[in-house]
Amino acid sequence: MPLLSTHALTARYGDFQALFGVDIALEAGQTLAIIGANGAGKTTLLRAIAGVLASDPGMVMFDGRAIGALTADQVMVQGIAMVPEGRRLFPSLSVEENLLIGGQMRRSAGPWTLQTVYELFPILREKCRAPGTALSGGQQQMVAIGRALMSNPRVLLCDEISLGLAPVVIRDIYAAFPRIQAGGASVIVVEQDIGQALQVASRVYCMMEGRVTLSGAPDGLTREAIHAAYFGAMA
Amino acid sequence: MNWLDTIVQGILLGGLYALFAAGLSLVFGIMRLVNLAHGDLIVLAAYLVLVLTSALGLNPFLAALIAAPIMFGAGWVLQRVVLNRVLGADILPPLLVTFGLSVVIQNALQQGFSADSRRIGAGALETASVDLGPVTVGVMPVLTFASAVAVILALNALFYRTALGRAFRATSDDPATARLMGIRPQAVFAQATGIAMIVVTIAALYLGTRANFDPSIGPARLIYAFEAVIIGGLGSLWGTLAGGVIIGVAQTLGAAVNPEWQILSGHVAFLLVLLVRPRGLFPRAYD
Repeated sequence: MPLLSTHALTARYGDFQALFGVDIALEAGQTLAIIGANGAGKTTLLRAIAGVLASDPGMVMFDGRAIGALTADQVMVQGIAMVPEGRRLFPSLSVEENLLIGGQMRRSAGPWTLQTVYELFPILREKCRAPGTALSGGQQQMVAIGRALMSNPRVLLCDEISLGLAPVVIRDIYAAFPRIQAGGASVIVVEQDIGQALQVASRVYCMMEGRVTLSGAPDGLTREAIHAAYFGAMA
Repeated sequence: MNWLDTIVQGILLGGLYALFAAGLSLVFGIMRLVNLAHGDLIVLAAYLVLVLTSALGLNPFLAALIAAPIMFGAGWVLQRVVLNRVLGADILPPLLVTFGLSVVIQNALQQGFSADSRRIGAGALETASVDLGPVTVGVMPVLTFASAVAVILALNALFYRTALGRAFRATSDDPATARLMGIRPQAVFAQATGIAMIVVTIAALYLGTRANFDPSIGPARLIYAFEAVIIGGLGSLWGTLAGGVIIGVAQTLGAAVNPEWQILSGHVAFLLVLLVRPRGLFPRAYD
């Protein structure tokens, strides 16, 4: 049974429907990537899973429980942590406090503590007293990921972590993924950078206009298939 | 006019205004809630302390110790049941609700206690004084100032050294992302208002022992509290103390020149600071 799955998940922003019956499944220990153009519904999907958007209870199943109707704070306590789009660090907190607050509402055994997060991203140890937002974009992204890891989540949701970062910085951040995966987290990555997505994930879903248009293992997908699913097949 | 004496009295008076303001600053800073009933809540707490001293024969400090958890509970309930429902992007509903609350509290107190002026007796302490060389100061004003400093030290320790304080600051910055951390903003706000009410109780103790009070004096206290918070700058509790002291000194200096100018001098000082520093003297929080 998958660790996390969605069933005919729909989501709306007021009158605008953003997701039309999305089904995805995440196995324990797996890394999933969701790709698609802007507006395809990738972030909406993550937000629905994280409880930021309300759904019917059965639309999101986690470890056998229906969590679709839970609020974001309740979902986090269940063990699903999100690295939100745009980092969203707390400006009034230092780097170290940003990390600490990630872990203070959920006491859970696991490999991630302040020390091990500093080992994962050594530059943060140097900057631990600086205000969260005084760092470069890449360093802020590291803090945001570390903050989510501090609760030792069972599922880590990463929303567009490459956004606005230089390619070399993106590579540095994704270089940390093997250690994150080795720590036992199952990961869902939403990515605009298709190359990175295919490299880090064992299963890829492509979305377009609120629907899943393609899914499969990265090796099994041709460039043409991805192109068609991403942009829509030409008539 | 004895300049030194006037200024020292003003500084000590500033301690009282800082106590008025500290609770307001806490709530304003964390949830951007303007509580127009804040002054009336101080008066309510003063009546509570009065009732405890007269009914149980306790000295006022002990009565305040008992009143504090009662006020914490009242603040907690007020936030959870009433204010959490109106907090949102629109600043108007909380203003209207707390304005209504202010009217309700004043009228309820008047109904219960009549409009008579009351005072909390502190026995010999009321007139006790201490000789500090060139000036003589009253023991109660010194205690008031010392309490203001102690409260600010305690609140800063809470804010910057505890997990709860981290939650307060994070929720103040970004409630939506705080939720992603597992924090429930509604619960955080209720605790903040509860703690603010403990500070309100301390302020009420010193207000009630210093001068007469009646159900209608709340709004004037609110104005001094506001001015102190704004002069100090959003997010800085020491700034709130500075704001209180500036108003206190301005008032005593003005009164020394002409007693009719006391209140006006405080407001003029507020306006002057605002002209020079619109964000206050030590703004810290991000808006």
